[in-house]
Amino acid sequence: MSLLTVDELTVTFTQRGKPDVRAVDGVSFTVDQGEVVGLVGESGCGKSVTSLALMRLLSGRNVKIGGSVVFDGIELLKLRSEEMRDLRGSQLAMIFQDPLSSLNPVVPIGVQVTEILTRHRKLRGEAARKEAAVLLEKVGIPDPTRRLREYPHQMSGGMRQRALIAMAVACAPRLLIADEPTTALDVTIQAQILELLKELVDSQGTALLMITHDLGVVAGLCDDINVLYAGKVVEAAARRPLFAAPTHPYSVGLLNSIPRLDAPRGEPLKPIRGSVNDNIAWADGCAFAPRCDHYTIECLQGPPALTEALTGHRYRCVNPVTTHEPPAVIATEDGR
Amino acid sequence: MLRFIVRRLLQLIPTLFGLSILLFVWLHRLPGGPEAAILGDRGTAQQRAEIRTTLGLDEPIWVQYGRFMKRLASLDLGTSIQSGRPVTEEFFTRFPATVELALTAMVIATVVGIPLGYLAARRRGGLLDFGAVTSSLVGICVPVFFLAYLFKVIFAVNLGLLPSSGRQTPGIDATHPTGFYVLDGLLTGEFDASWDAFAHLILPGLALSSIPLAIIVRMTRASVLEVLGEDYVRTAEAKGLQENTVRVRHVLRNAMLPVVTAIGLLTGGLLSGAVLTESVFAFGGIGSFIRTAIDFRDYPVLMGFIMLIATTYVLINLLVDISYSVLDPRVRVR
Ligand SMILES: Nc1ncnc2c1ncn2[C@@H]1O[C@H](COP(=O)(O)OP(=O)(O)O)[C@@H](O)[C@H]1O
Ligand code: SF4
Ligand SMILES: [Mg+2]
Repeated sequence: MSLLTVDELTVTFTQRGKPDVRAVDGVSFTVDQGEVVGLVGESGCGKSVTSLALMRLLSGRNVKIGGSVVFDGIELLKLRSEEMRDLRGSQLAMIFQDPLSSLNPVVPIGVQVTEILTRHRKLRGEAARKEAAVLLEKVGIPDPTRRLREYPHQMSGGMRQRALIAMAVACAPRLLIADEPTTALDVTIQAQILELLKELVDSQGTALLMITHDLGVVAGLCDDINVLYAGKVVEAAARRPLFAAPTHPYSVGLLNSIPRLDAPRGEPLKPIRGSVNDNIAWADGCAFAPRCDHYTIECLQGPPALTEALTGHRYRCVNPVTTHEPPAVIATEDGR
Repeated sequence: MLRFIVRRLLQLIPTLFGLSILLFVWLHRLPGGPEAAILGDRGTAQQRAEIRTTLGLDEPIWVQYGRFMKRLASLDLGTSIQSGRPVTEEFFTRFPATVELALTAMVIATVVGIPLGYLAARRRGGLLDFGAVTSSLVGICVPVFFLAYLFKVIFAVNLGLLPSSGRQTPGIDATHPTGFYVLDGLLTGEFDASWDAFAHLILPGLALSSIPLAIIVRMTRASVLEVLGEDYVRTAEAKGLQENTVRVRHVLRNAMLPVVTAIGLLTGGLLSGAVLTESVFAFGGIGSFIRTAIDFRDYPVLMGFIMLIATTYVLINLLVDISYSVLDPRVRVR
């Protein structure tokens, strides 16, 4: 059984005087023990809302959540909020995009690390501080005892994200959700943070749900990849087939728009034309249709169904891409 | 930190100096003078002139100012024209009453206002929020003296629950080393005198707290709403922290920053603005004394009062800055 099974998750925001926004529209995927799964898509496609819904961090009367999220045999969406609080931080942890705003500016880093140890591991006082220093050391923060006394504004962006990672892995969670953990960081730091995450989940046996708009990030990291578009999964496959033979025109477009080291000099990038603003409603047909090169009139007969190939490769398209020229292979030999 | 405090206290000197010149000139140019108040309509021109000479008001204004400053250097504020007693002595019996009253009002406003503002924000759009927002609007609109009167009539006169006027029950024979009656009782061990003084503070304190309470509720509510949307609160929730930890450490601690500044300013305002409440409860604070001092053109009292209030403002601001730097490491002073 999978560690996490998300089934037909929907999230709708109701706003007074405006039509409802269905930010997540029937998303299903699974994450196995210790597996690294990617959730990829352009900004605004519903990645963050999906992850917050899993963590039950979307609150307020204007949010409606449907479907099912089963974690380790427990239906999270039906859990009492106190029970959910016990799971969050201990079994399921999360790191966010912007490390500066994600840390409390007026509380020392040390307290922000020890509070989770006190909450879930019952460590207090000196024992908690010792363990916090060990954690900071583990995520590559030099001079941890001094750092514990510092405040977020005294640290660099990379160090802050490391501190947040230390908090997230403090209780060796079974699942870690990382929502664009490198997007706000310098390029050189991005690689280090990804490397760190990879090491940590490997050593702790933690499953990782990696959320990003950057296919380059999932390329070196993920076992399985789900491509999200306008609140729906439009393609899902293991990494290798997804990169070698993307089937959905949107995935093809995403792959073509990544800068590649092996591309001939001077070859222009091919961004997907248009923007998410051009989308049509799924009820009317494929939301991607206005931006799609493979569009035909069949695309406008309701939402395309999710087709599953024998290989397990799933795609939501009536005119799937079958030939690849040149084969879009950007990551194959890294030993995973 | 110590250097910061000393620097701020030194800044007080030029501030007071500038203020004193401005106000001295302005006060002495107001039409009318003490002689008019003393003599009424009856006095002859000669009598008026005599009084002005006795009070030294016929001399050039810079000579008068020089004399004022010279006295001030030895902390002497001169003699009150209306009572003939030293200004410092007049203040010593009255200012502590006003401070006690203002502090009572601020304690009520803070202790009630912050939790109420927090709850209103947490249950935004709910009944409690609606109630808090509406009643704070009412609190700002209703004149304080009217509230004072209402409280006095209901709780003191009709129900007889609390004393209706003064600072202590006549007949209580307590010693007052500091002039802060509640504190005096605690210092001398006369606890029932303390309790009695405290009972006298409740109604005027409640009435006077209405405006700061309303402002603190609204500011806390707005500030908490803003902080609730911050990423670090989401992080705290993602860590599964207990609700109380999230509430106090992550929400309130940040939400308090603007409120602390407001509390400081409001306290300063109450010190100079408690006149009407004091008069409803015959509280014997500095407010009514200053009112008559204005009619009397009691220059030494008015100048002294302004210096006193200005100094208090600066000290309160210093306290605000110190607590700010304790609350917010980003502005921490060295
Ligand atoms: N609180 C909210 N109220 C209304 N709409 C929201 C809210 N949060 C997110 N959305 C909408 O949901 C969609 C998905 O947002 P999000 O999950 O943040 O995208 P991303 O994939 O970039 O993380 C966006 O169109 C956004 O406008
Ligand atoms: S269903 Fe049609 S419009 Fe949508 S991606 Fe496939 S080809 Fe393009
Ligand atoms: Mg996002």
